[in-house]
Amino acid sequence: MTTYKTKQALPAEGHLASTNAAGETRARHTPLVPSVGARRVWLTLLGWGIALIIFFPILWMVLTGFKSEAEAIADPSLIFTPTLESYVAVQARADYFKFALNSVVVAFGSTLLALAIAIPSAYAMAFLPTKRTKGTLLWMLSTKMLPPVGVLVPIYLLFRDFGLLDTRTGLIIVYTLMNLPIVVWMLYTFFKDLPRDILEAGRMDGASTFQEVIYLLLPLTLPGIASTGLLSVILSWNEAFWSLNLTSSSAAPLTAYIASFSSPEGLFWAKLSAASTMAIAPILVFGWLTQKQMVRGLTFGAVK
Amino acid sequence: MSKTRASGRTVGGLRSLSLQAPAVTLLLLWMLVPLGMTVWFSLQRYNLLMPGMEGFAGLENYEFLFTDPALWRAMGNTLLLVGSVLVITVVGGVLLAVLFQQEFPGRGIARVLAISPFFVMPTVSALVWKNMMMHPSNGVLAWLAGVFGLPAVDWFSALPLTSIIIIVAWQWLPFALLILLTAMQSLDEDQVEAARMDGAGPLSIFFYITLPHLKRAISVVIMIEMIFLLTIFAEIYVTTSGGPGLATTNLAFLIYIQALLDFDVGLASAGGVVAIILANIVAIFLVRLVARNLEH
Repeated sequence: MTTYKTKQALPAEGHLASTNAAGETRARHTPLVPSVGARRVWLTLLGWGIALIIFFPILWMVLTGFKSEAEAIADPSLIFTPTLESYVAVQARADYFKFALNSVVVAFGSTLLALAIAIPSAYAMAFLPTKRTKGTLLWMLSTKMLPPVGVLVPIYLLFRDFGLLDTRTGLIIVYTLMNLPIVVWMLYTFFKDLPRDILEAGRMDGASTFQEVIYLLLPLTLPGIASTGLLSVILSWNEAFWSLNLTSSSAAPLTAYIASFSSPEGLFWAKLSAASTMAIAPILVFGWLTQKQMVRGLTFGAVK
Repeated sequence: MSKTRASGRTVGGLRSLSLQAPAVTLLLLWMLVPLGMTVWFSLQRYNLLMPGMEGFAGLENYEFLFTDPALWRAMGNTLLLVGSVLVITVVGGVLLAVLFQQEFPGRGIARVLAISPFFVMPTVSALVWKNMMMHPSNGVLAWLAGVFGLPAVDWFSALPLTSIIIIVAWQWLPFALLILLTAMQSLDEDQVEAARMDGAGPLSIFFYITLPHLKRAISVVIMIEMIFLLTIFAEIYVTTSGGPGLATTNLAFLIYIQALLDFDVGLASAGGVVAIILANIVAIFLVRLVARNLEH
């Protein structure tokens, strides 16, 4: 247990950079087995082989998007004439951008709202902890374990009565509440890593809590807040249960659009692939860019 | 469940309380209002297709639910799905983390490729697997089987639950890898070096140093995955719709069928209460696990 660093005294960004740098240098002298060359070749093949197998379905989907429908259902082949006809066809359905816009509005709207509600809460938990803080945090997480399906019926009926069915506002409300526990949790982890002296110095200079948060806490923990926001965006973007059940047409996001391809008449693989590629591309890039920060916030600081 | 009344004895405590109030209040409402309504509906005779029939039903819905073999089947499927995916992703995640910790050319890119499925929306990954990977005649797996002279497998009718498990595990293995890989980077290399000097083989290093080091990361992976796996929905909705028969119906999907396809609000709510109780049993166990890992 002694090998775990319990307290991290550096701001988020600096800490990350140092872990990564250390990780790289350490790895350099890891392999000490006699036949270093053979081992290296073997490792390269295995590492790349497994990575490509895991990535293959995504790669295949992207490739299929550039095939014609006939090529898409023919025997698998990497040699084909790339065409944009599927993309054109998908775009001709015109509603693609409506769904995409819904996804963007709902994912970013709910993320901003969740951050606005969570920041004061996480601030209080990190800098003004009480005996109950840890309990509250765990309770918040436990609300996340309630299966949404358990409360689907009342939410559906409430939404119907309040006219929120098939509205972006409705989805934003649900996603905000859905992600709030994880957002509070991650922000708490990032805030806790900030040396308390910095905020105390601000307080000495007569800063109010509000000024403290706006001028000191937020700028100093911006990388952490950004990655929390990005994870929330990813989770909202990919969420399918509520979006499939609470929307039908006007507020339906990309998850619902893609699900419409599961019907038999939608068996046009090239078009399905083209639409899917467009649906996941932005979020995939987000994920690639932020994976390292995300892990740190997600793990309660348990994994350094 | 209501450990939220923070002690407001000091000024700091009060300030802390007021700052936490919005998040705590909203989550309380979000939890209690629908929960109360679900419990209430579960005691009612309430079917949207039969207006005028509403009334107090007592435990009728529960009686019907518990004597319906579908419930037990769905619970079994839920546990099997969660359990299998957890085992695959944790064991696979640890092995892959060890592999991707070794240095080889292009390791960074290989890592990013292996992590990618986590960012793909469940509806897309389910459709890609259903149509392009597991399709019995035109899928890549069928083609691969043909190359090796094997008969093609009709995945979703012959091995429906296994197919769902494969798809879900494909999505969550990268997540486990991502977390465990990060944990690997804080492994004390000097300790490993010292063990190697003392003649420890790779296997004993793995079991006596690497694995204990990953213990906390593994519990984090299990906790987060459990939250999401208990409520798997999109993958089933898009691929099998719970079938054939009840083969891939988990609790989430069973309630969905009752509520939105049969319009039986009372029965669906009773199912919801059962799902919540099941989730709470798991949650209590998980919160203990995490809480213990938080206290060092």
